[in-house]
Amino acid sequence: MNYKMIIHMLGQVSLFEAMFMILPLAVSVIYREPDGFAYLATMAACALFGLLSMRIKIKDRTIYVREGLVIVSLSWIILSIFGSLPFFISGDIPHFPDALFETASGFTTTGSSILTDVEALSKSNLFWRSFTHWIGGMGVLVFILAFLPMKAGGAGMRIMRAESPGPSVSKLVPKVKTTAMILYSIYLSLTVFQIILLLCAGTPLFDSLTLTFGSAGTGGFAIKNDSLAGYTGLQQSIVTAAMILFGINFNVYYLLLRKRASQAFRLTEVRVYLAVIAVSVLLITVNVIPMFPSFYEAFHHAAFQVASIITTTGFSTADFNAWPPLSQTILVILMFIGACAGSTGGGIKVSRIILLLKGVRKEILMTCHPRSVKKLKMDGHTVSHEVIRSINAFIIIYAVIFVVSLLIISLDSMDLVTNFTAVAATLNNIGPGLNAVGPCGNFSSFSDLSKFVLMFDMLAGRLELMPMLILFVPSTWKK
Amino acid sequence: MNIIIVGCGKVGSTLADQLSSEDNDVTVIDKDYSAVQTLSDKYDIMGIAGSGIDHNILREAGVENADLLIAVTGSDERNLLCCLIAKKAGNCQTIARVRSPEFNHQIHYIKEELGLAMIINPEYAAAQEISRILGFPSAIKIETFAKGRVEILKFRVPIGSVLNDLKISEITTKLRCGEVLVCTVERGEQVTIPDGNFIIKEKDVVSIVASPKKAKQFFKRINIQTNQVKDTIIIGGGKITFYLTDLLLSMGIDVKIIEMNRARCEKLSELLPRATVICGDGVNKELLMEEGLAKADSFVTLTDMDEENILLSLFAKSKNDNMNIITKINSIDFDEVINNLDLDSIIYPKHVTSENIVRFARAMKNSLGSNVETLHHLVDNKVEALEFCIRENAPVLNIPLEKLNLKSDLLIGCINRNGTIITPKGQDMLMLGDTVVVITTNKGLNDIKDILKD
Repeated sequence: MNYKMIIHMLGQVSLFEAMFMILPLAVSVIYREPDGFAYLATMAACALFGLLSMRIKIKDRTIYVREGLVIVSLSWIILSIFGSLPFFISGDIPHFPDALFETASGFTTTGSSILTDVEALSKSNLFWRSFTHWIGGMGVLVFILAFLPMKAGGAGMRIMRAESPGPSVSKLVPKVKTTAMILYSIYLSLTVFQIILLLCAGTPLFDSLTLTFGSAGTGGFAIKNDSLAGYTGLQQSIVTAAMILFGINFNVYYLLLRKRASQAFRLTEVRVYLAVIAVSVLLITVNVIPMFPSFYEAFHHAAFQVASIITTTGFSTADFNAWPPLSQTILVILMFIGACAGSTGGGIKVSRIILLLKGVRKEILMTCHPRSVKKLKMDGHTVSHEVIRSINAFIIIYAVIFVVSLLIISLDSMDLVTNFTAVAATLNNIGPGLNAVGPCGNFSSFSDLSKFVLMFDMLAGRLELMPMLILFVPSTWKK
Repeated sequence: MNIIIVGCGKVGSTLADQLSSEDNDVTVIDKDYSAVQTLSDKYDIMGIAGSGIDHNILREAGVENADLLIAVTGSDERNLLCCLIAKKAGNCQTIARVRSPEFNHQIHYIKEELGLAMIINPEYAAAQEISRILGFPSAIKIETFAKGRVEILKFRVPIGSVLNDLKISEITTKLRCGEVLVCTVERGEQVTIPDGNFIIKEKDVVSIVASPKKAKQFFKRINIQTNQVKDTIIIGGGKITFYLTDLLLSMGIDVKIIEMNRARCEKLSELLPRATVICGDGVNKELLMEEGLAKADSFVTLTDMDEENILLSLFAKSKNDNMNIITKINSIDFDEVINNLDLDSIIYPKHVTSENIVRFARAMKNSLGSNVETLHHLVDNKVEALEFCIRENAPVLNIPLEKLNLKSDLLIGCINRNGTIITPKGQDMLMLGDTVVVITTNKGLNDIKDILKD
């Protein structure tokens, strides 16, 4: 285990976090809030840790798979700890586990909150809370890979693979650095585009920024207690479209940029993703028509909720807790499906679901024709056995984590629906669940133990399980 | 530069390593998914699993924008076809590895007609390398620059040599020989580019730069014989043996081949009537002694097994210390261990191949704006010797060398001015039209200006 290199990378992460905090600091200056000092103190702490770790002399710069995974998971833990300090120091969230929960939920783009009154937070804290979504959406280490002048070699790819969601992460171009740069440019341009659209729709600047951060990272922290219910129909529609776009595999945008549109639209994953959205919206619309004055209203809210849940954002315009069971069930199923691989969304990922279903069909065929030989194909390519195996393993680990988490948090004696959807909402990085943790509720009533379990679920969900699990394997830490 | 490598074998991976670390955009293609996966995990490259002769796969690898395609799969026909398709699809330069002797005599015809930039035959390249060593046997390895006028010679300081405990600055005066520039010293795993105060020890591996005449004088003074060998024994009758024997016979060296397989022996004696072909097991001590191992000038082990080659060479060394021994090693993973053994010269055919290709790729980059004329790897990729041409606007023009702010671990080996070789001293200047050989452990120098500190 190359501890020096791990600490070196963690130091770099904390330096970058200090840099990111310049923005909320600026907000506090603009709104003349005393919270600026909390940010200054945190930045100082980050910088101190960063600079100290930079002083370590490194002889051996090799990073193996193990180190790559540990770097990723520890980076995210460090990010969450440092990121929670401003909330804690400023006194907006006085209980430290709560502050940590809120920040972990931010960076992992979950959007589950322990706050009962969001509007009581200072502007700078609200801004930072949303901005963590934007940082977490594409990943911090990918950011570092894109902008730090270093020769990453193969190590870069390992880190990127661990941090980017999806069953088989591939590069867009041969170099990791260029790939990371392209991804961030796409991400940034889409973000700016959404901000401009929201501004044109008459949203105040602060609201446009925070809403955009929330939807770009598919996070879900809003700055109002009623999430997005108070905004106009047009503003809500812009966010709906934006969420769907950020849930699409970023390869599509790259292909579009390279003027290979036909190839982009032929990707099975994107087609299935859009089809699932269409069917779900249709079913829910029909199901909730009686609750709304017009068909259009029903469609509008159904579309928003479906987009919000499948992309694992977690904004809401209506309290779907009060919706009929069919709609609720569809939404819970969408929670598990999640967005496309290679997007900023969470969940199991559409491509995994497709391959799993194809695998099931193959198994059934094998029972009818035991000697038949069949290879799974996707987008014209044969899917290797390795990928299938890793997806199967993913699902099993996913189920185990789910069950164990559910068991631990049921100690708090909440009802089963609350517990079930709380785990689903955190492990899939969505945000709100149903009942007590529904769009109008929050996670504050859980005990600290449950909060830590849910925090683990958020991180495990965002980093696709393995990096978090490897922390618990003793042989990881052997020299 | 955008480079596509088809085939992820040993040569393919060495190339991927080398070319990607030199800031090229490298994409590898191989039919074996796991080979592609391992390679793209290890280096900063993109991997595509699929057939290199599939037009769609090549397009996916970006053949339209590629500058160079290197086909190094196991099959000659596949490599040639891959280059043909790439040529038509993307109009890039192509390099194919073609190893079958069937093609050997028509290689130029194929290259011209199919429009390939380079065809490399690993066995032939290795044979050439060996024949060069046997032609000037004391030097372990020879690289030529300035169209053969300058040579870098690498040799191991023998036990009890006059060079032992000698300061580098004292070499010329103590030995009363012409100017000889020591460029690298390997001691164990460590490689140094020494200054005048460095003290040479026995068993060090030293590289020197000198013109052939001065080099001959130098070796005479340190008591290492430099004449071409008279005869050689080759163990193993593979493809390298065939090419090597052909080359050696034309140089007037007697060749004795020991090969186990009867049919192969007959084939060899048919193809090489002037060589002595002996059918027998090379790992048989009595046979070796019977065939005159103790009296032979040189000994080349070219069997398929690395272990056998090493053991045979060590045995030969113990029987006849004055002999020139060349060992072929296929695996490059344990070169540190192998270098510690007291083997004279080691040939890594895979290295020779990839080195030739990297040299070509560099030369191509050269035409895209860099300035490297030739490139050699000296100490298994740790040190590079590069030849630059001094053009107008070069920031080093007409400045005495001692005033140049050179990078550390870098040495100017020699200056070639209109055919005269100058061993550079502090007062010498680089002039327009000169070519210089720069020896350095810094990798990826592209232009003469890169020798200066940033």
